[in-house]
Amino acid sequence: MALSRLASSSSSSSSRSADLLKPLCSAISLRRPISTDTTPITVETSVPFTSHQCDTPSRSVQTNAKELLTFFRDMALMRRMEIAADSLYKAKLIRGFCHLYDGQEAVAVGMEAAITKKDCIITAYRDHCTFVARGGTLLEVFAELMGRQAGCSRGKGGSMHFYKKDSNFYGGHGIVGAQVPLGCGLAFAQKYSKDEAVTFALYGDGAANQGQLFEALNISALWDLPAILVCENNHYGMGTAEWRASKSPAYYKRGDYAPGLKVDGMDALAVKQACTFAKEHALKNGPIILEMDTYRYHGHSMSDPGSTYRTRDEITGVRQERDPVERIRKLILSHDLATEKELKDIEKEIRKEVDDAIAQAKENPLPESSELFTNVYAKGLGVEMSFH
Amino acid sequence: MAAIFQGVGAAAALSSSPSNSFDSKKFVSSPCRSFSVRKGASFAVVRSDGRVNLNPKSRRAQQLISNAVATKSDSAAASSSSKPGHELLLFEALQEGLEEEMERDPHVCVMGEDVGHYGGSYKVTKGLAKKFGDLRVLDTPIAENSFTGMGIGAAMTGLRPVVEGMNMGFLLLAFNQISNNCGMLHYTSGGQFTIPIVIRGPGGVGRQLGAEHSQRLESYLQSIPGIQMVACSTPYNAKGLMKAAIRSENPVILFEHVLLYNLKERIPDEDYICNLEEAEMVRPGEHVTILTYSRMRYHVMQAAKTLVNKGYDPEIIDIRSLKPFDLYTIGNSVKKTHHVLIVEECMRTGGVGASLTAAITENFNDYLDAPIMCLSSQDVPTPYAGTLEEVTIVQPAQIVKAVEQLCQ
Repeated sequence: MALSRLASSSSSSSSRSADLLKPLCSAISLRRPISTDTTPITVETSVPFTSHQCDTPSRSVQTNAKELLTFFRDMALMRRMEIAADSLYKAKLIRGFCHLYDGQEAVAVGMEAAITKKDCIITAYRDHCTFVARGGTLLEVFAELMGRQAGCSRGKGGSMHFYKKDSNFYGGHGIVGAQVPLGCGLAFAQKYSKDEAVTFALYGDGAANQGQLFEALNISALWDLPAILVCENNHYGMGTAEWRASKSPAYYKRGDYAPGLKVDGMDALAVKQACTFAKEHALKNGPIILEMDTYRYHGHSMSDPGSTYRTRDEITGVRQERDPVERIRKLILSHDLATEKELKDIEKEIRKEVDDAIAQAKENPLPESSELFTNVYAKGLGVEMSFH
Repeated sequence: MAAIFQGVGAAAALSSSPSNSFDSKKFVSSPCRSFSVRKGASFAVVRSDGRVNLNPKSRRAQQLISNAVATKSDSAAASSSSKPGHELLLFEALQEGLEEEMERDPHVCVMGEDVGHYGGSYKVTKGLAKKFGDLRVLDTPIAENSFTGMGIGAAMTGLRPVVEGMNMGFLLLAFNQISNNCGMLHYTSGGQFTIPIVIRGPGGVGRQLGAEHSQRLESYLQSIPGIQMVACSTPYNAKGLMKAAIRSENPVILFEHVLLYNLKERIPDEDYICNLEEAEMVRPGEHVTILTYSRMRYHVMQAAKTLVNKGYDPEIIDIRSLKPFDLYTIGNSVKKTHHVLIVEECMRTGGVGASLTAAITENFNDYLDAPIMCLSSQDVPTPYAGTLEEVTIVQPAQIVKAVEQLCQ
């Protein structure tokens, strides 16, 4: 019965999808309901949480068919998007630095499921998927990567500078660790304005050794700010393994007086559970650290092959055992929420969506030369720069 | 070139309003200057009223007094009681401006070391914590990099923090935040975020504070795109610039000077601001344009007395806006006098004077009868010994000599 209901809803969704794909200039929502079944399903996380100075949340996560299918769709979209970016980079349509997130999708998707758009997210340069999770469109992504006008930063930011103010996504930062004090500043503003919302400041295992992190954590703990520091530990700071860079790679414990939680970052449901827990904690008790144990398949960036400091076996091993998209696919199939073919159809749809967005982005014009001088200052100052 | 003037003029006209009256040069100076140095384990309070046993040589003590601040102006003292307005010291003017803006807009908050309960190491934030509470006047730990970053993050959401560096030199630790985040986020986000932050603090060469506490950060920060820099020099413009900086949607860095906090002046009672992009005409003249800012203004004024006695008529402009330069006012002056002398406290290499020289040469070369002269501090770390420190910065005698040379 569940299957037939799903079959009808997915066929109606595929006709809707055909309609939706036509006006590509308008933002394509990633939140199309694929299944409207919201009866709760309880799933156990892959591994239990480990904590430092706090209780652990339960391993049993409440979810439902709709959410799981949304997870699948969103993560598959992100995966496809990043792989497409890889090809575009190799075709020299994307230049400079390009840091891809494939493998880490569960963090972006799980986090988004636990929070609202009133909560703020700020991250470093591996920001494409986080931007999409916050509501950014594929066109904005590809146009920005190719430096076009339709990009989210009008082509002036590039891969490392995606922002979406209306969904409280604060970027997009190139200097390692510098976004964490900014994130604590966001949390301060939330407390100041009594927003009852929290800020997730994401950073990597490499940034975890930055002094400014500890400075910001200290201030956040002193002032009781609703700041959640999330270490996306993919175990390599560019080419340096975590054990070679950190005396203590237990990043969730590094907050010392601040509580921490270690989470399987490849399990979107565990991420969702941890973020729900963290939000509640931060609103009541101040800052908390989440360490997401995750993995990136690509190298640090497109300039890094990613194989000189780790073995191919390790990479394929993780892909086989811990891939986040596969985990959700298996969950969906084992709970009979969709058939293999339906999931494959979704992936085909996604592929087309991505290809269409790329085609549209390629048509999009480069910025006008006058754009060089806009947005340097607010209110059109900076006119004197024009005499060279 | 005409187009540039229009642009700058238009920008000046567009930015916030009541036009600055250029008459606020007359003031009465206070002979007592005191300030504290607090960084690291020891705590030293240095008073320079010439009576303290800093140095057995009394001659040097006398020289120190004469260097710092310009002398009384004749007419102001006589009729001060009957004039409108109220008299206060520069640090009080800054505090007044800050307090008025905090009352006016609940988004304005202050963060820095010892700004709250202690009242500020230079008393600029005195009394504010009591009045506005701990959430609006925030005592930070000694962590410039992160609290400047936090101020910028808060500004991204629409708050208007005023971040104090206890000494501008300490903000070197926050350089990354100031350059990459403060200056660039408006641009790299395609205009989505504005950063209405004010970063302020005292800098400049003080009274034997040592090399690390005598820095002129305006030369390091001037290249950062997206920020505005202003330097205050009188109580009138200190309050006006503070208010304008807080109201601006752009990040503004307000440079104060350690030795100018106790200047006294009568300022208007009514609400006023000073345009951030405008220079101040201190003394109109015909023979030479002297461009200066911050404390060097007073050395120039002192030299001007000698110059006037010698028959020169210098036009003195306090440029105030270090980024962008007010090339409109400066250009008009150059067209009139055809001679330019820049007197600054930055070091010779890469200072504001160097940039100003380039800007004037590029734009007004045809109007110059002689090459631009720029007097700057020596390219050395500021020594501790008083005699050496004196020679590090530009003194009035050098300014007189430079004008004589320039106007031959």
